[in-house]
Amino acid sequence: MATTSTPVTHHGGQHAPHASYLEDPQYRGLMSWLTTVDHKRIGLMYLWSVLTAFLLGGLFALALRLELLTPKEDFMTAETYNKVFTLHGAVMVFLFIIPAIPAALGNFVLPLMLGAKDVAFPRLNLASYYVYMTGAIMALTAILTGGIDTGWTFYTPYSTTTGGAVTLMTFSVFVLGFSSIFTGINFVATVHKLRAPGMGWFDLPLFVWGTYATAIIQVLATPVLAITLLLLAFERMFQIGIFDAKLGGDPVLFQHFFWFYSHPAVYIMILPGMAIISEIIPPFSKKHIFGYRAIAFSSVAIALISFIVWGHHMFTSGQSQLAAVIFSFLTFLVAIPSGIKVFNWVATMYRGSISLDTPMLYAISFLLLFTIGGLTGIFLGALSVDIHLHDTYFIVAHFHYVMMGGTVIAFLAGVHYWWPKMFGRMYNETWARIGCILVFFGFNITFLNQFAMGAKGMPRRYYSYLDQFQGNHIGSTVGSWVLALGLFIAAGVLLASLRKKYDAPDNPWGARTMEWETQSPPITHNFPNNPVMQHGPYDFDAPAVRRES
Amino acid sequence: MTSGAHAAGHYDHANDWKLYLGILIALLILTVVTVSAASFDFGSANVIIAVLIATCKATLVALFFMHLRHDSAVNAIIFLSSLLFLSFLLILCLIDIGSRIEPKPANWKGPSPGVIYPADLDKPVAPATGAAPASGTTPATPAAAPAAKH
Amino acid sequence: MSSHTLPAPGDTHGHDAHGHHDPNLQHHFVEMAQQFDTAKLGMWLFLATEILMFGGLFVGFGLQQAKFPEAFKAAHHHLDRNMGALNTVVLLISSFTMVLAVWAAQTGRRKVLITNLILTLACAGTFLVVKYFEYSHKIHDGLLPGKFFHYAQGQPNEYIFFSFYFMMTGLHGSHVVLGMGAITWLLIRAIKGDFGPGYYTPVDLVGLFWHLVDLIWIYLFPLLYLIG
Ligand code: HEM
Ligand SMILES: [Cu+2]
Repeated sequence: MATTSTPVTHHGGQHAPHASYLEDPQYRGLMSWLTTVDHKRIGLMYLWSVLTAFLLGGLFALALRLELLTPKEDFMTAETYNKVFTLHGAVMVFLFIIPAIPAALGNFVLPLMLGAKDVAFPRLNLASYYVYMTGAIMALTAILTGGIDTGWTFYTPYSTTTGGAVTLMTFSVFVLGFSSIFTGINFVATVHKLRAPGMGWFDLPLFVWGTYATAIIQVLATPVLAITLLLLAFERMFQIGIFDAKLGGDPVLFQHFFWFYSHPAVYIMILPGMAIISEIIPPFSKKHIFGYRAIAFSSVAIALISFIVWGHHMFTSGQSQLAAVIFSFLTFLVAIPSGIKVFNWVATMYRGSISLDTPMLYAISFLLLFTIGGLTGIFLGALSVDIHLHDTYFIVAHFHYVMMGGTVIAFLAGVHYWWPKMFGRMYNETWARIGCILVFFGFNITFLNQFAMGAKGMPRRYYSYLDQFQGNHIGSTVGSWVLALGLFIAAGVLLASLRKKYDAPDNPWGARTMEWETQSPPITHNFPNNPVMQHGPYDFDAPAVRRES
Repeated sequence: MTSGAHAAGHYDHANDWKLYLGILIALLILTVVTVSAASFDFGSANVIIAVLIATCKATLVALFFMHLRHDSAVNAIIFLSSLLFLSFLLILCLIDIGSRIEPKPANWKGPSPGVIYPADLDKPVAPATGAAPASGTTPATPAAAPAAKH
Repeated sequence: MSSHTLPAPGDTHGHDAHGHHDPNLQHHFVEMAQQFDTAKLGMWLFLATEILMFGGLFVGFGLQQAKFPEAFKAAHHHLDRNMGALNTVVLLISSFTMVLAVWAAQTGRRKVLITNLILTLACAGTFLVVKYFEYSHKIHDGLLPGKFFHYAQGQPNEYIFFSFYFMMTGLHGSHVVLGMGAITWLLIRAIKGDFGPGYYTPVDLVGLFWHLVDLIWIYLFPLLYLIG
């Protein structure tokens, strides 16, 4: 571990003075987990659940890529293919990526970072988990009883007329929305009211700012998704005449309602990712974050602007030209705060003493991949360009660069970063880095050429294609294997560490945020005494201050 | 000062009920106003008048019954931002729906702007670019994709 | 760096050490004032989600109304203005009794609290009874949402109005029922003597919820019954 710095606090994990939240004698056995209101345990339960969803969604993806190895029908019919890509999208979006960072990592770290004993509403937090599980079970039932072939976007009129378990699936997403709302409410209240004494808004770690901005979106946007899906289900069941043109409805209105949620939702996905990156770059560059306030405010700005750009998903839908021009213009605004962040991260690294541990490797991958994803977003936001590129593989590449290359990579960065805190063990650094490098290259092999393929006219959501695209498709499929290999290695490395004894120091990375000032893994009430803010989250110049008073 | 009664320290609450009663009377009067206003036809202003009166009532409820007047500003901000974001949804949808033009093929030679009736579309039109549809939508089949783009 | 401290902004009184012994204080809060403010903030956030959820319906209603003004106008004549107005008055009064209940809890008037909770429940019950008569009338006439609509002289697209009428009043009505459940719970606790100037958070929160239910009806009434 030559690259890591010395721990700031004095006692190592092996001789943890108190029993950690994992084996607190007061809370033993399965029931103590199922009824826990401890944010750390809820975070872990979320973590295992979203990872399961990630595995499921990933297997669907591998199947899709395998089918696309040749231009002909191989082992999936067109109908099966439609169902599989819908499930891949819906599982990844609603069951994995939206809850992944806030509900799993955020739940664990946020109160620790604030020096709080728990989130503001611990029981609501547990309720959110069970609501999530209910939604997940409904989704699984929908998959097993007929499947869904509408795409994760449920566009009308197709979704009001096709067979399958669409109604059940919409209810499932409706329910999942509430779990997301509960998390959002909890986090906003926690950040407002449970900061440690002396911790002002501008002393907050940037992860807190990011999850706070995310929570605002979760609270304000998700209810509209809920009502939209309810309307969709009613349209299917009772023909109420809102989205079906035959009945006097307006299918484009569905897209408005859907994207009013779902564009902000892509920021529900990326903002926490950005937040993790802001947290990782300073300790691994041993420098104060550059432009703290700019990053903090840009998170909030992104959250606000994200509500008024949704029409860029509808340039070819039949919305009016005036609306399309307005939305195209507004879309460009959202690039500004995103750009601010990227420049600030790079500036933080500039002339820092950089150590390339696994979290930092992931963070650097994020910088590269998110920049590509964000820039291509600008291309797509340009009305005229999008007319050509809409519904091609260019879109697929764009959103995988931001969602997978951005959010998932950041999630992995966060998991590797906080793993020692969560489980009290260090993982094998060499193999973790190998996993990261394979993920990075596998990802680029899979998706970079999809930009080219899309620009040449390969439409998305087809199980077969013209022969001329086969070269690209083979590349993508092979890339998906490399990517999968990298992910399995990463998973194996992390899981293998769990078999060891506690060996993680309190602060393996020499970070300055508060979660590192308690033991690894933390005790049930987080801190032995109420912590007080004594130095900023990125004060690498100030002398180390001990928690003990 | 007892803990829990956060705003209670600032003034005496004993007579608050009089204020609340006054608000109730104002709300009832506004209800009468809105019902009687509805018996006149102001054309398209009908909705605006009704929503304005309703908003007056809502403001009274929020300020006094929901205590926003004395509450911490965050709560009012939350309340107002929910309305703000709702208005984004309404306004941008209205912009779209209010400015839509009925679609017609780019090579349409018939009566210019206005509604196109499906029956008219059956009339022969001089094809401008061969058989390819001139609209910008994605072709329906993969086979047609390259053909339409070149 | 900053002078913000743990309690709510501007709230510097009430740092009493006795707060720790209050049985209502949860372990992760330092003092009752903080817990109260946090609960209230959470409630307001929840109300914001309610507003946006109902708001989606309002927007859908508005756009469809703009699309089929005649049908909506014709359809709204089937609603009984008097019943709607009556329910408006009933709900306004219930809001008044609710705020009195909060006030009574805050100032330690237990009897007034109990009376007003009962009055609020009575108003809510009246509201539902009136709604019941309205609904059964509509059902009898076949003025129903979507595919269930079978009113003989119906105009084309009139059923869209009734789709919205039933969805909006239905969602609202379900909130009334929920609110009644919560108020009943308050009543039981009030009789047990749980509330007083030191602790009345639940009364305050349910009060906020109840006023929101009223607030939504304040918009529903003119839009559905008066304008159409
Ligand atoms: C710089 C910021 C961004 C801009 C300007 C942007 C722009 C766009 C545009 C214009 C489209 C529509 C393309 C089309 O369908 O024709 C699109 C699609 C998409 N974007 Fe982005 N985007 C940005 C960032 C993101 C982020 C951060 C995410 C997610 C984490 C994301 C996820 C998506 C998804 C999922 C789609 C496709 C949705 C679908 O049709 O299935 N975007 N983006
Ligand atoms: Cu978007």
